[in-house]
Amino acid sequence: MIDMHLPILLIVIPLVAAPLCVLLRQKTLVWAFTSLVCLAALCMASMLLIRVLEEGVVSYAIGGWIAPWGIEYRVDTINAFVLLLVSIIAAVLTFFALPSVADEISGKQHYLFYTAYLLCLTGLMGITITGDAFNVFVFLEISSLSSYTLIAMGRDRRALTASYQYLLMGTLGATFIVIGIGLMYMMTGTLNMFDLSQRLPAMFETRTAMVAFAFLTVGMLIKLAMFPLHMWLPNAYCYAPSVVTAFLAATATKVSIYVFLRFTFTVWGAEFVFEKLNLDVFLIPLSLIGIYVASLSAIYQTNIKRLLAYSSVAQIGYMMLGIGFVSLAGLTGGIVHLFNHALMKAALFLAVGCVVLRLGSSDLADWKGLGRRMPVTMAAFVLAGLSLIGVPLTVGFISKWYLILAALEAGWWPIALLALLSSLLAVVYMWRVVEVAYFQKADDDLNVKEAPLMMQISMWVLTGATVYFGIQTDLTVNVAQRAAGLLLGVMP
Amino acid sequence: MTVGLLNDWACMVLMMIGLYTVIARPNLVKKLIGLSIFQVSVFLLYISMGKVSGGTAPILSEGIEVYSNPLPHVLILTAIVVGIATLSLGLALVVRIGEAYDTIEEDEIIERDLVND
Repeated sequence: MIDMHLPILLIVIPLVAAPLCVLLRQKTLVWAFTSLVCLAALCMASMLLIRVLEEGVVSYAIGGWIAPWGIEYRVDTINAFVLLLVSIIAAVLTFFALPSVADEISGKQHYLFYTAYLLCLTGLMGITITGDAFNVFVFLEISSLSSYTLIAMGRDRRALTASYQYLLMGTLGATFIVIGIGLMYMMTGTLNMFDLSQRLPAMFETRTAMVAFAFLTVGMLIKLAMFPLHMWLPNAYCYAPSVVTAFLAATATKVSIYVFLRFTFTVWGAEFVFEKLNLDVFLIPLSLIGIYVASLSAIYQTNIKRLLAYSSVAQIGYMMLGIGFVSLAGLTGGIVHLFNHALMKAALFLAVGCVVLRLGSSDLADWKGLGRRMPVTMAAFVLAGLSLIGVPLTVGFISKWYLILAALEAGWWPIALLALLSSLLAVVYMWRVVEVAYFQKADDDLNVKEAPLMMQISMWVLTGATVYFGIQTDLTVNVAQRAAGLLLGVMP
Repeated sequence: MTVGLLNDWACMVLMMIGLYTVIARPNLVKKLIGLSIFQVSVFLLYISMGKVSGGTAPILSEGIEVYSNPLPHVLILTAIVVGIATLSLGLALVVRIGEAYDTIEEDEIIERDLVND
């Protein structure tokens, strides 16, 4: 019985839990409640993925209103995979949050932090699970509004301006998406994604279709921080509290990429987007330029959070590159990288969070001699960093392998070469941190301890996952391949 | 037909005014006003879309056969709520920025951050 209602419970439980946090108020109680909810969400998302892999698409009609009249939640391999990713990250991060939030956010705001955290989780999972185009916008705004709040909780006053800037860009992006959806509704009279995909082909010749697609795509590209629309991202990641940075870096942009995949492949169809409008002609060069520009900017950063933020923009370039190939291997690479990058970037930001707890700073200059002071944390940082570079036996290698395979398969060896060479830039910016932390002596002789156990555990769970999924690739690659096949309409 | 296009033109003009204000004005409150105008233009787009010529308000009563499409109205009710939430959150941020920087002019904020670094 309860099994049948899994899709809606996944959304309703965190949504209802969020205001309950405001009622509970007491710090530890609210935290325990939040972790419980996140763990429940993780269980439900795993059950949903297992069910989808066994039975195929799961459709849920909200309130018994059958689609296309009612809102439908539609879960297939790809969004079940993204749901699992979001809930894993949310659950692991709650353990990190207790000590980290106590340190970085003033005591009076703790319950508000957890409320916003749960709302953000609700929004992100709602965007992923829904099969209704307008519902995407509603959940998008739930997650965005709560993430603006979360970012503004940062200690530095620049967190406020970063949040403001993100609010402007995010709202512009979301409004573009609404315009696109409105025009789609105008042409077809439906908002259900599956129904849209059936009715849109008749409209492909009209100018309205082009305009709708243009608004929708630009809106989504702003939300997923595609170069050159990424300007909001570095500041937002840099000044937000550590937990928030890790959470947003691992989930928000990934969910936006999922939305892009869903609209581009399922709703509009690869034929219209890539053969008629030739989006790939502009997606592939922009991704490559984005990878290089963002990696080069990362090299010159003096703040490690900002360095990692620029690296995120570069990694989004890899995902979009994979999508731009429009082949099974390319999409598999893109989707695997979406999952893998979430793991490694979360691990890296958590390591930074541990250091920030002890040193109170993420400036590169303050990290001198940290390899000796916090060896466990730095070991995790280096391990996740190796994954970012794409060293064999780590997840980063798996995704790059598929991307390069896809490029060679399409006969574009210069692109394969460029993607390989760009890894060297990652080596350079990770090396800068390693060099300072391991080969320079600290200026003072303060006694710095390792971070509390709970923070270490979440950090090592994610770092361990980057190695585990680098060796044991069955789960991630298989699921990604099935998802890619589903998007392209071919079964692998 | 021309009346229908009039709405679209109004929507586009408002949209561009809003977008321009967001980009060009250094004052943070004025930027938010621009953002609101930008969002409102989209409300207009949706509501004009729901109009059926000759139709009345979608309330069931005798002797009326043609109704306007109520669905866009409902969608826009949601969007209005979102718009209010965004605007109030934005204004709250501006208040906090004003307290932290003593100014809400973008160029002065950037200047003060540079001095700090």
